[in-house]
Amino acid sequence: MNRFVTLFLTIFIAATLIWIIPRLSPVDPAEIALGRMAAGAGSVANSDTILEQLRARLGIDQPLIVQYARYLGGVLRFDFGLSTANFPTPVSALIANALPWTIGLMLVSLLITFFVGNLLGALMVWEHSPKLVRVAIPAAMVFTSIPPILSGLLLMWIFAARLQWFPLTGAYGLTVTPDWSWSFVQSVLYHGFLPALSIVVVTFGFWALGMRGLMITVQGEDYTTLAKAKGLRPRYILYRYMIRNAILPQITAFALKIGLLIAGQVLVERIFAYNGMGKLLYDAILNQDFPVIQGVSFVIILMTALSVFIVDLVYPFIDPRIRHGG
Amino acid sequence: MSTPDTAGAQHPDLTARQIKRMKRFDNPWRNPKLAWGAGLLLGIIAVGLLGRLVWNLDLVFTASAPLKLPPVGFENLRGQAGEWAYPLGTDGSGRDMLSLLIVGAPNSLLVGILASLIGMSIGIFLGFSAGFLRGRVDDVIRVLSDVMITIPPLLILVVFQAAYGDVSLTMMAILIACFVWQSPTRLIRAQVLSMRESGYVQMARLSGAGTMHIMFREMMPNLVPYLFGSFIANVTTSIVTAVGLEVLGLGPQRIPTLGRTIYEAINSGALIQNLWWWWGIPTLLLAVMFIGLLLINLGLDEVSNPRLRKL
Repeated sequence: MNRFVTLFLTIFIAATLIWIIPRLSPVDPAEIALGRMAAGAGSVANSDTILEQLRARLGIDQPLIVQYARYLGGVLRFDFGLSTANFPTPVSALIANALPWTIGLMLVSLLITFFVGNLLGALMVWEHSPKLVRVAIPAAMVFTSIPPILSGLLLMWIFAARLQWFPLTGAYGLTVTPDWSWSFVQSVLYHGFLPALSIVVVTFGFWALGMRGLMITVQGEDYTTLAKAKGLRPRYILYRYMIRNAILPQITAFALKIGLLIAGQVLVERIFAYNGMGKLLYDAILNQDFPVIQGVSFVIILMTALSVFIVDLVYPFIDPRIRHGG
Repeated sequence: MSTPDTAGAQHPDLTARQIKRMKRFDNPWRNPKLAWGAGLLLGIIAVGLLGRLVWNLDLVFTASAPLKLPPVGFENLRGQAGEWAYPLGTDGSGRDMLSLLIVGAPNSLLVGILASLIGMSIGIFLGFSAGFLRGRVDDVIRVLSDVMITIPPLLILVVFQAAYGDVSLTMMAILIACFVWQSPTRLIRAQVLSMRESGYVQMARLSGAGTMHIMFREMMPNLVPYLFGSFIANVTTSIVTAVGLEVLGLGPQRIPTLGRTIYEAINSGALIQNLWWWWGIPTLLLAVMFIGLLLINLGLDEVSNPRLRKL
């Protein structure tokens, strides 16, 4: 029950913050829209009348309570209004186009970092690891603390701009049409490689470090000693006894980390001009397209909150020692 | 503090060398990771301070230099060689890179430290409140911190900055601080809850000590190592968030920061034109900063968790 309350509160508070903040600003969205019209047409006659009409159109002539209620009602239906930069397009349509790209890139990079990171972290502690592993991984750890935008820039410069092994920007080639053909999938994988790599390179260390700490604890446990005394194969002990017990707290961290990763990925997408939520958000910032900024932010927050919620629900099945309400 | 001689008498089984090694670990400042990390950060601050005295910082604002000049010892695509007047080259509008970095790097660090300090104060206040008062107050604070952990700060800040346009460094730090108070809050709450039942707190209470005295004289000293680790982690988060905003073109517009410089470089197509120094040197500096912070955190871990020392 408590988890439902937290989920609901998170979404509610986030939606409210996103709504309140622009309204505290001295900027009048109708004047921005008018300014854009004036810039396009040279000058606008009857600007006062147009301003009135724009305000009515944007719904900001209503009392704040009514605006807020309308907004919350819209959010429930994923209706964030119309994009002001691409005028008649609804925000939800723009998001529906961008979301699959972001989720795809995120899932791939997240799963790779989680598995690679935890395995390497475990090998760092395991007494049977080759010496190379114990030396090389801590050295690779310096990348951990660097945010993905910086690794993205570096990889892009080396592999796309200088060596030209990979494309500089975009999510798929200009010559392929988006469908489920093999050539399209190939193009997507080819374009997604560098963005995914730039996230993997800098995040695997986080998991490796956490796993290292947990493995050290597990190493001294009685069941590990017993397993060794029984003469089980070291590799079997590593997978079935040590990693299996050490990994549990990592799974909780996984859910909490998703929020940070999405935020980091938004920036990676912006650098690689990848067709996801990051690019949508960046274009919206450039155009002061507030409905889109609000919509994208809300959807990303929703994804984070939901993933934390789901992991919380699934956790008892992974770790039988924990039962909710028990 | 005991001298090596008496320590040897206390531990007759240990060789002098082992004792020396133990002592080195017991003194946090002798921990190599901690020392290196602190050294890197102090180095950046020192260069920032000394650079202000030595280097002509007007070069940040005057765009009189040749555009896109490479660092000394390199050539750009037009075949121009670097000049000693601009040792690290110039950017796309003819500003001196070295000046940009001398001003920008401490600014980026400052935002992180300031945000983390404010977040820390909020955390200490809320954590003690939750742990001491318990009940309703604790429930509210706990739910709020659970909720705020889920919301990625970057997105709320994007909405804020897009609505307000230009902000100052201090304003940015205050905004980021709103999102980095949860970990100290949780830490202190958990510790206060377990400590309030412990012997020495009970003793202090029996001897008539006030709540404030118990909180800050009895409990705080035990929390300091944890709080320091949490502080450093928050500095990293704050800088990452600030740089993220700056690279999106938000954040302070007229104050040089490392993130802002990278933003300008990307927007001018520096990657394709091979103007690597324009974005590369700020990136490198940020990387050094983050590695310094990471080393400090690893060092603190080793100092406070003896099990890690063996590795």
